[in-house]
Amino acid sequence: MLIKKRPSWALPHSEVTPESVYLNRRQFMSGTLAVAAGLSVPGLLSAAKLPVPGEALDFVPMPGFSTDEEKTPFEDVTRYNNFYEFGTGKGDPAKYADEMTVDPWSVVVEGACDRPGAYALEDLLKPHEYQERVYRLRCVEAWSMVIPWIGIPLADILKRLEPTSRAKYVYFETLYDPDQMRGQRSLFSTIDWPYQEGLRMDEAMNELSFLAVGLYGKTMPNQNGAPIRLVVPWKYGFKSIKSIVKIRFQEERPKTTWEMLAPQEYGFYANVNPEVDHPRWSQKRERRLPSGLLSPNYMETVKFNGYGEQVADLYKGMDLSKFY
Amino acid sequence: MNEKRVLNQPGFVLAFRLLVALLASVPLLVLIASIASQSLGPDPGQEVTESLGIAAFQLLIATLCMTPLKRWTGWGAWIRVRRMLGLFAFFYAVLHVLAFLQFILGWSDLWATFTKRPYILAGAVSFLMLVPLALTSTKGMMRRMGRQWKALHKLVYPIAIAAWVHFIWQSRSDVGEMVVYGLIIAVLLALRWKWSGSRALIPFVRG
Repeated sequence: MLIKKRPSWALPHSEVTPESVYLNRRQFMSGTLAVAAGLSVPGLLSAAKLPVPGEALDFVPMPGFSTDEEKTPFEDVTRYNNFYEFGTGKGDPAKYADEMTVDPWSVVVEGACDRPGAYALEDLLKPHEYQERVYRLRCVEAWSMVIPWIGIPLADILKRLEPTSRAKYVYFETLYDPDQMRGQRSLFSTIDWPYQEGLRMDEAMNELSFLAVGLYGKTMPNQNGAPIRLVVPWKYGFKSIKSIVKIRFQEERPKTTWEMLAPQEYGFYANVNPEVDHPRWSQKRERRLPSGLLSPNYMETVKFNGYGEQVADLYKGMDLSKFY
Repeated sequence: MNEKRVLNQPGFVLAFRLLVALLASVPLLVLIASIASQSLGPDPGQEVTESLGIAAFQLLIATLCMTPLKRWTGWGAWIRVRRMLGLFAFFYAVLHVLAFLQFILGWSDLWATFTKRPYILAGAVSFLMLVPLALTSTKGMMRRMGRQWKALHKLVYPIAIAAWVHFIWQSRSDVGEMVVYGLIIAVLLALRWKWSGSRALIPFVRG
């Protein structure tokens, strides 16, 4: 007979946030935001301010999972971002992401798994020890950074949610809340919010896939995807979805945001690959940031962003120019 | 009447031209200040290239505004600054192209860049058409070319359209800004059509 022991993190049903409270969380937040917005109008005129570092986190350094390349400074990592929910300018997220409330935060888990539900973020993270991993991040726009992330291997969390045999893919979703995210209010944005991403199950379970809750030893700044974001270092940056509110296990391959917007330019896999150019620009080289004016910091882009040893097997026999 | 006399005094017109020159230099001054204070962020090459391109585009549009302004206000000074604005646009375009080659491309991959990247092709076409206009902008060339000068300088319309295509082709998702620019260009071209017929918009065609 199979006796299933409930692990300590698995809450009884009585502990789950009632749906009505959960569904009304935006109402509560928009109230506080209206006040905040009123107070911060003069602030909009000031230049990009230095980001406030978050709270210090306890973590274990993982040299085996870390590059010893020179790290991109904290100021650059936190002031040069693509997070279109807050605007398309690189400086917009640093300016406007503090309009998002990240505490309390819950993540809905659904689909083909034995532990679905709405989890308070603390409960999702509690049983795990944080690790620090210094990864390269290669943006599809041909720039790159080196960032010390703090977080948990994605596989550790996914396993706890007990995906069933029907779970072939994992789907992720970013917060949708135009009241807090001014980019979602833009009339001219061609993105169909919320932002959506996905991984094949074996990609998600790869030891490199990481759920980050901080960087540079502190909690995640909002503009970098607080409070919890994905980091898949062998793929272009847009795969590493920010501010996750939903995780779904599913049998069919999810459609991802950039793929839906421009399928000829952005594929589901989006593996870093210098041999497959973006239709509008080359992917052969990258500018490692910070880059100087007189001495641009160019380098050759490496297949799988240099993580081929760990991930190349996942794509054996696949034509990567077709499955880009 | 008195007012008009003041407006057309050589001293006033000269002051106006100096003011326009100063305004047209603002993007360059701001750029130099940001480079000096190192406030361009971690990817300064991209930043410099983009802001020079935008400055060139805005000045091109400003150039196209001078004829309608003259028509609506009757003030001749608008036309007296038109060439200067056009040359400023060219100046920023030259810097933009150089910045792109130096900071973004690093002078490599040139052939593939100009053959395979449609948005760069649009920008290159726009820039190349601007060159003959800058070269024939002197009073002497104007005199020598006579009616052909005007026919040639109608190239400014396809230049504006190609430059706009160059920008909108680069947008990844938010097209708002370029929709606004597109509407402004459309209005400026439509005005010429209304005033002088469709032939007024076609380069190398007289009339």
